[in-house]
Amino acid sequence: MITGKIPIRKEEKPPRLIGDDGRRVDGRKLDELRPIRIEVGVLKNADGSAYIEWGRNKIIVAVYGPKELHPKHLALPDRALLRCRYHMVPFSVYERKSPAPTRREIELSKVIREALEPAVFLEEFPRATIDVFIEVLQADGGTRCASITAASLALADAGIPMRDLVTAVAVGKVEGKIVLDLSDIEDKYGEGDMPIAMMPALGQITLLQADGVYSEEELEEALALAQRGIQRIYKMQREALKRKYLKIKEEVEGIK
Amino acid sequence: MKPEEIISKLERRKLQSLLLRGERIDGRKTMEYRPIEIETNIISKAEGSAKISLGDTIAIAGVKAEIGIPYPDTPNQGAIIINTEFLPLASPTFEPGPPDENAIEVARVVDRGIRSCQAVNLEKLCILPGRRAWIIYVDIYVLNHAGNLMDAAGIAAIAALLTTKIPKVKVNYETEEITVTDTWLPLPVQNRPIPITFAKIGDVIVVDPSLEEERVQDARITLTIEEQNRICAIQKALSGTFTIKEIFSITKHAIQIAKKIREKLPRKPDIKNIQYVEHIK
Repeated sequence: MITGKIPIRKEEKPPRLIGDDGRRVDGRKLDELRPIRIEVGVLKNADGSAYIEWGRNKIIVAVYGPKELHPKHLALPDRALLRCRYHMVPFSVYERKSPAPTRREIELSKVIREALEPAVFLEEFPRATIDVFIEVLQADGGTRCASITAASLALADAGIPMRDLVTAVAVGKVEGKIVLDLSDIEDKYGEGDMPIAMMPALGQITLLQADGVYSEEELEEALALAQRGIQRIYKMQREALKRKYLKIKEEVEGIK
Repeated sequence: MKPEEIISKLERRKLQSLLLRGERIDGRKTMEYRPIEIETNIISKAEGSAKISLGDTIAIAGVKAEIGIPYPDTPNQGAIIINTEFLPLASPTFEPGPPDENAIEVARVVDRGIRSCQAVNLEKLCILPGRRAWIIYVDIYVLNHAGNLMDAAGIAAIAALLTTKIPKVKVNYETEEITVTDTWLPLPVQNRPIPITFAKIGDVIVVDPSLEEERVQDARITLTIEEQNRICAIQKALSGTFTIKEIFSITKHAIQIAKKIREKLPRKPDIKNIQYVEHIK
């Protein structure tokens, strides 16, 4: 017999998602990002890797390749195959998620792959494969955007030639207002989520999805707000990449 | 190199040179949709059904309703579950087995459009809060793949839902006994979302890509438009890209085209005075 039980932990719907002072549940302004911390080159075995903390999201990405592809019949004669697996570990959310891939994870693996593909010079590596593995260790809304942001850095860390980094952020609609970088609670109880990924220097959109209802004007506002957020995150990505090489430089100079 | 890939490179050159002159291989204009035919109530044993042909693309959607347990986070709502199958009989490129990422993507984007604009009033499908509710299964089967399965699936799904009937139920709150009556009521459909898909080939964007166009497209985008001309789902796919300017222009076209297609759908039922659940002692 079991007495007592593990309390169910979940976040209740707050009475208001945006207060009278225009602040959101976590105190942010409408156009404010959550704190983001990125580290490049975190896994020894991988050819490239990155770790991102974005709000309470914690996501690790490894890139293996370009390398020989097995099974061979999948090989493309004129370019490399980019494969991508987005996966959430069972303890990444309050209610345990089965480790088997869900329909959501299969779709996200596809759209994340398609968000990264335009940036990679796949034609440089015919018949090869580049594998991107994404593990969401803790999920807090906006995991696909954080995954793309980290995965493009892991690809760069692997030394794979790229047209640009890919930077992603979600905008959305909360209590009728267009806001930047939805948290889990805003995604769940708000009116809509619109994840966007871009190659910022080239002005090209590589991922665009939306749920919720938007007028044409709201779509325009959302895309403009997303672009501003993306510019800020792009800067953080480039700094994270530079930090890795500064660290190596310091180590090398220390040995001398 | 696979034979279909060699063909697609030759085809790509031909299609692109035509597109640069504003022409398409089947004679359509860039923003011209193929003829659509919608037939409803084709399966009398289903609670609702529809068959759509979009040029040579054919899809059928069937609806079955079951009384089940509501999701814990929405105890006062019924649920809609959408599944898509790309049958091997529909195309030499489809293989048997569970839905692959393409079929899953179609089902999830169709679901997103229907859910976002609350096309079905899920509150009305609740029977006993937290205990029992109607679960509506929409199964979409592609019978012939000639391009643009996203729109075919989405239009088939909403057409089938618009023809769906569910029985009235009587509930005794104390004993929690549920009696299903033989009075059939229209499913509470209150919005009619239409997905419109565009393909980008080189720098040219076309609506409703045919199979030949899909084989050479660089990128694809679907915008689902609801009755007040608002966007209720977006999905960009494939390894090409779009600019923000292109997205705005696509949105304007999608709104116009969706309006015309919606005229072919069955009307929404008048559900104002319908009681789906009757409480008895």
